[in-house]
Amino acid sequence: MMTTQANPTKKPLLEVKNLKQHFPIKGGILGRTVNHVKAVDDISFTINEGETLSIVGESGCGKSTTGRAILRLDEPTSGTVLFEGQDLLAMSKKQMRDMRKHLQVIFQDPFASLNPRQSVSAILGEALAIQNIVPAHQRRERIIELLGYVGLRPDQIDRFPHEFSGGQRQRIGIARALAMQPKLIICDEAVSALDVSIQAQVLNLLKSLQKQFKLTYLFISHDLGVVRHISDRVMVMYLGKVVEIADKKSLFDNPQHPYTQALLSAIPVPDMSKKQERIILRGDVPSPINPPQGCRFHTRCPYAIDRCKTEVPGLTSLHDTHQVACHIVQV
Amino acid sequence: MPEQQDIILDVRNLQTHFFTEDGVSKAVHGVDFSLNRGETLGLVGESGCGKSITSLSILRLIASPPGKIVGGEILFKGQDLTKKSESDMRTIRGNEISMIFQEPMTSLNPVYSVGEQIAEVLRLHQNMGRKEAWDKAVDMLRLVGIPSPEKRATQEPHELSGGMRQRVMIAMALACRPEILIADEPTTALDVTIQAQILELMKKLQVEMGMSIIMITHDLGVVAETCDRVAVMYAGKVVEYTTAQNLFANPRHPYTVGLMNSLPRLDEDVEELQAIKGNVPSPFNMPVGCRFAPRCPHATELCNTKLPELLEYADGSKVRCWMYTSEWDGDTKTATEVGV
Repeated sequence: MMTTQANPTKKPLLEVKNLKQHFPIKGGILGRTVNHVKAVDDISFTINEGETLSIVGESGCGKSTTGRAILRLDEPTSGTVLFEGQDLLAMSKKQMRDMRKHLQVIFQDPFASLNPRQSVSAILGEALAIQNIVPAHQRRERIIELLGYVGLRPDQIDRFPHEFSGGQRQRIGIARALAMQPKLIICDEAVSALDVSIQAQVLNLLKSLQKQFKLTYLFISHDLGVVRHISDRVMVMYLGKVVEIADKKSLFDNPQHPYTQALLSAIPVPDMSKKQERIILRGDVPSPINPPQGCRFHTRCPYAIDRCKTEVPGLTSLHDTHQVACHIVQV
Repeated sequence: MPEQQDIILDVRNLQTHFFTEDGVSKAVHGVDFSLNRGETLGLVGESGCGKSITSLSILRLIASPPGKIVGGEILFKGQDLTKKSESDMRTIRGNEISMIFQEPMTSLNPVYSVGEQIAEVLRLHQNMGRKEAWDKAVDMLRLVGIPSPEKRATQEPHELSGGMRQRVMIAMALACRPEILIADEPTTALDVTIQAQILELMKKLQVEMGMSIIMITHDLGVVAETCDRVAVMYAGKVVEYTTAQNLFANPRHPYTVGLMNSLPRLDEDVEELQAIKGNVPSPFNMPVGCRFAPRCPHATELCNTKLPELLEYADGSKVRCWMYTSEWDGDTKTATEVGV
């Protein structure tokens, strides 16, 4: 395995410690805060230089909120986010704006994240102008170069987003992220809206750009097939908590947490010769406003014991590269 | 292939076009498949391939203008639905053929309780009284596995989770015990653990009610999980029609092969995915030859200039590809490799 947490040659690029994101719920005639949605509740993890860490989980598990909190698109409630040793959460707005060129993001819906009234050259030119990394007279040249990296033609530079297909628009989004020469790119469901044949093209592009520019990815997705393809390590979240984090091989071949096991077994496999046993979870994900006491998964867990109802399990190491938060798993 | 009497729905060379200001969009242009009693047929393809338009055509729900069924037959128990009057169709919809959609929130009325909405279907189609229809609605909610159905029936859609809402949609669609259920991406908006619950429920109810299902999906995993037979669509045409077993064991059409190769696998690692090059053609500007030819790794002069017919095999499976004909002008080795 190329990347492990314990590997001493690997330098951490991003260290997230005890990150919390609690959104207030206002209520009553006075608009007072009556409660909180605990979208992300005390999570810690590390991303090493040049690797891809994926966050997987179902709707409302806090995976996108984590990405947004790291970039301070929503101000986190508490915690530290160290990027090359500097705490992003302690920075002033201005310092943070300067830092953002190192941390770029690609969103799910390329149509919603591109201004329909700007041409490609204006979209990419604006990005270059804001961070002022390329002199004005060289910008057009640089934009053509960027389009080349993502597989678009120079003659498409003056076209508008609606003239492109979904896959091509996502390529423009990737070009915009690359324009900053970032170190870390957060891909938030970046290929989820694309058809499989186009999704494969974009995944191949992301992988080759990673090699070419030594990029680090935080890849947020609900699709475990895609995650297996692109990741070095995978973190599974459930209701704002990390339940399991491991290198890809260990997680897919030997999932430990009952939730990870259920999640993996629930995916329909496009192969009729391999019918696997399915673990079907009962009920829905509980509300993050009043999450269950103890282990948050205990209400749906087929193995839950009394201890799970009262005591929150911490992450414990199975081996160097595999940690799990579960009372049942004997470490 | 099944005996004639087993076939409940037979679609033959269906053509649905849209007449717009920008020209004629041949959204569905040559769709052939048959559905057997008690079986599940998958209608598979990517965005814009015409799979949803096909299902809306079967129910005659195409807005006209601009849309119109311009050719072909839709034989439901031997009767051509394209020739039925609107009032005849109204008795068929919901009663004999019903449909569930991808996003349950937009298909449910937000200001009525879910119980009332199911009861309305029963009062309309089965002439039930208020009380009787309500009781039946509660029974249906129980049938689809909603806990405390008496209480849930009085709630409005926004009070239910996504999975619950899809269960309500299924309850509503099945209230009149239809012979065919058309499910248009029924689990696409749901999380995988909830998807597993809904697919399990649909299978269970299919056995109990003996109905046939048309499962419209882009997810080959869902196909393997639920379907007996599959029609793969590309750019408005069926390009391959076969049993699900055959489709996965021995895909024939290069597009089917391409789809399977571009899917990231859960059980194996590959360095690079074999993506299908290029994009789907615009419906206003289709290639003259085979519609997949511009993206096909095996395309020849013949493929680029002449449209292939849907070729039928002795076992009833079909493929629309020149490689499997004697006229093929490409390397015969390629054709043998893919298993002619």
